[in-house]
Amino acid sequence: MRRLSIARREALTDLWLAGPATTVMLLFVFVPVVIVAVLSFTDYQFGAGSFAWIGLDNYARLFGSTLGQRAIANTLTYVAIVIPLSVGFGLAVALGLHRMMAWAPWLSHTLRTIYFLPVAATLVAMSVAWQMVLHPSLGVVNQTLASLGGTPQDWLSDRGLVLYTLAAIGIWQTVGYNMVLFLAGLVAIPPELYDAADVDGAGHGWSRFSTVTWPMLGPTTLFVLVVTATNAFRVFETVATLTRGGPAFASDTLVYALYREGFVYFKAGYASAITMVFFAFLLVLTLAQFRIVEKRVHYR
Amino acid sequence: MIRSFFSRAVSTLLLFAGAAVILLPFVWMLSLAFKPRDEIFSSRVQLLPSRLEWNNFVVALTETDVPLFLWNGFVVVGGILAFQILFAVPCSYALAQRRFRGRTFVFGLVLAALLVPFHVTAIPIFLGFAKAGILNSYGALILPFVPTAFGIFLFRQFFSQLPPDLFDAARVDGLSETAIVWRIAFPLALPAATAFAIFSITAHWNDLFWPLIATTDPHLATPPRGILYFRDQESGDDVGPLMAAALIITAPLVIAFLLAQRKFTQGLAAGGLKG
Amino acid sequence: MTRSPVLELRGLSRRFGQTAVLDDIDITVPEGSFTALLGASGCGKSTTLRIMAGLDRPTSGRVLLHGEDVAGKTAHERNVAMVFQSYALYPHLTVFQNMALPLTMRHLSSLGRMPLVGRLVPGSRVARNLIEKKVSEAADVLGLTDLLDRKPSSLSGGQKQRVALGRAMVRDPVLFLLDEPLSNLDARLRVKMRAELVALHRRTGKAFVYVTHDQSEAMAMADQIVVMIGGKVAQSGAPRDLYGRPASMGVATFIGHNAINLFLPDDGLHGLHPAADRAVIGLRPEHLSPAANGALEARLETAEYLGSEIILGLRCESGTEIRAIASGDYPIPAPGSAIRLGFEPGQLHLFDRQSGKRIEVTS
Repeated sequence: MRRLSIARREALTDLWLAGPATTVMLLFVFVPVVIVAVLSFTDYQFGAGSFAWIGLDNYARLFGSTLGQRAIANTLTYVAIVIPLSVGFGLAVALGLHRMMAWAPWLSHTLRTIYFLPVAATLVAMSVAWQMVLHPSLGVVNQTLASLGGTPQDWLSDRGLVLYTLAAIGIWQTVGYNMVLFLAGLVAIPPELYDAADVDGAGHGWSRFSTVTWPMLGPTTLFVLVVTATNAFRVFETVATLTRGGPAFASDTLVYALYREGFVYFKAGYASAITMVFFAFLLVLTLAQFRIVEKRVHYR
Repeated sequence: MIRSFFSRAVSTLLLFAGAAVILLPFVWMLSLAFKPRDEIFSSRVQLLPSRLEWNNFVVALTETDVPLFLWNGFVVVGGILAFQILFAVPCSYALAQRRFRGRTFVFGLVLAALLVPFHVTAIPIFLGFAKAGILNSYGALILPFVPTAFGIFLFRQFFSQLPPDLFDAARVDGLSETAIVWRIAFPLALPAATAFAIFSITAHWNDLFWPLIATTDPHLATPPRGILYFRDQESGDDVGPLMAAALIITAPLVIAFLLAQRKFTQGLAAGGLKG
Repeated sequence: MTRSPVLELRGLSRRFGQTAVLDDIDITVPEGSFTALLGASGCGKSTTLRIMAGLDRPTSGRVLLHGEDVAGKTAHERNVAMVFQSYALYPHLTVFQNMALPLTMRHLSSLGRMPLVGRLVPGSRVARNLIEKKVSEAADVLGLTDLLDRKPSSLSGGQKQRVALGRAMVRDPVLFLLDEPLSNLDARLRVKMRAELVALHRRTGKAFVYVTHDQSEAMAMADQIVVMIGGKVAQSGAPRDLYGRPASMGVATFIGHNAINLFLPDDGLHGLHPAADRAVIGLRPEHLSPAANGALEARLETAEYLGSEIILGLRCESGTEIRAIASGDYPIPAPGSAIRLGFEPGQLHLFDRQSGKRIEVTS
């Protein structure tokens, strides 16, 4: 056997180490992105033998039809509800638990575990549980409402309510995650700053929060906001489990619409256009996230 | 003094109230899973069962496909993780500790791939798998997740902090580059690998989107897909076993989380980088 | 010396992009020698060592091991051992496993190396016993026997150093390469380890190549010193030669415990030597001492009393600062007083002003 030159051997080694991962990445990420972009300009249907170029028609249909507009509007509404509440509650819980660490660490730790539980739990299974919690007649929510003299609601089949119900479940699921990020941010605040605030007469309550805590949490908050937003944009599991976009598309979202059009109705071209719009939204958010992460590193 | 006690009491009360809301679906799931049939279908508010009804679990585990769903979950999640590590670790090592032509390009690809959510690639991958005739297989459930830009990124960060001398020493000691990857670099990266594993396992155990698309065969259903099959079949009168099934499916991750909270929190928080 | 060379570097150059790190290096490492590569940081000594090891490739030139060109051979195939400045111990392996790894790679097949299956592979038992024997021998020599089950993180700096040496020893390399192995130790331990290294060198009888920036380390241990300056070999030879007849001003300033005094022609030393008008004169402080009828006069500025000797800091009339050494019982005059200094003419070194090269004086 002829020996290869060292340079040749080294090059082969690099290929052997980095080649497979690069290949699968090209195959399963980059080639599909190109294909989906191309498909979005066609009327291709899964299983069809041919397709025609239809330019921007798919996009026109998405932005022009009530159905398309509704999916976009629903997604934006959902995101607009989930972001402030999930981030706000996350911050509030983190502040409360952080303070509790000083006098009841065990209790604080237990509560933290409870708040984080939905993040680790299987969302689909938990959605099935939520379905029973919100069941019109057998659910604990309506039963409690009834016993208190309130009006039971059709939480998941009332057109006006359903999106808010899904948003509430979305908040329920993500508060714990945001809490953990905020807690990490709080722990990282140097205690000397609080001492300094104390000396300056800003050591208590709101002034303590506004002079030290909040400014120091700034970068964390930005990061949490963007992560919450990207996750909210992808809402799918709860929709698919609880409403299937219904009733009457009142809870239709971008990812669910992409699933329904693409994989239930097999309209690959149209679904690709939905994909591209969804991608565009996320790209803007993720790029923002990258910049924030970068900044966070720079601050250190 | 009194003021601080008062504010403590209020904030504690609020935290408990919040925790109660968080726990509500868990408690209700547990309660229904253990409630006898007549108590499930009573309209009286009754948070906890009057006695523990184990039969719901017996039904879920013996008369349904729940054990199969769990098995599928293990195979798919395990397969994904194994392949992810097998592909990502050598590549990350090369990116962090070797100089080669195209290194910047490959790392650029990794960063770009981080920007692409899986949903975006679903249609073409579905098309390709349909053409290749491998839909409805474990392979279809595992393959799309083998490339993990996030994993490569995470491991690369870890490897680039290790001293280059260590790898030179291994070369002098006669280890091939492949041996260095698996005998030196990977064991040292175990903390990073644990975080990544937790992230990957949670993400794919809980995933519904792709299993919903790639499989139509109930025998290949992963836990989330499976529980939907179960729910759609039972048409409302098998709530007890359904809740027992939901409980069984959530249990592995929740128990793992309770046992290794710190690692879990770190792993999932690291996943935030990926979004 | 007529010992046959183990390793030869011939016309070796190494470039990183445009910058030449090594420029036409020739080094010969005789069998059984203790060669020190001495130089300031960035002079290319570590790159030279890495090229010797096979961890780096020369841009041009040849590396000969026992006369055979080893350009195509990896570090392992050359059978050289290397000890790193940071020790480079594998943090996840015990001391025993660290030392055994090079042997495992050599004596066990890839199947035999597997954790459990490996025991079933034929011949692996013999190999395992052999490895165990060699490791415990090396551990014995280095006093590591009690530490074999520990992880590197629980060892002191000196112990880590010994483990690194042990890992190099166990496999009988043809050549030991040591990259500033003592620089991470504290001063006392460093002196102790010097002696241990010299003893180890004797014991193994193998050639050592030792990279250091510390001239006293090189002088104390090596039988051959290669001084590298700016990617070139400035001089190589026995410590005595380097000290006694430095080939250039650069070498002269590098070698010697006390920095050598350099006199320019206008420092008033002309007349001391016929060539002094066109050359730089070097004179070591230890060769310059107070003498009533000395040829040189300078004003005292500082005096450091060290017990056995006193280091005097003085200033010549021309403003040049010089240092001289007086014996410990010398009565120190008041600062500012003029002192006459004497020296043996034979101790003068002459260097060319432009090139810095030594000018041989035939007297």
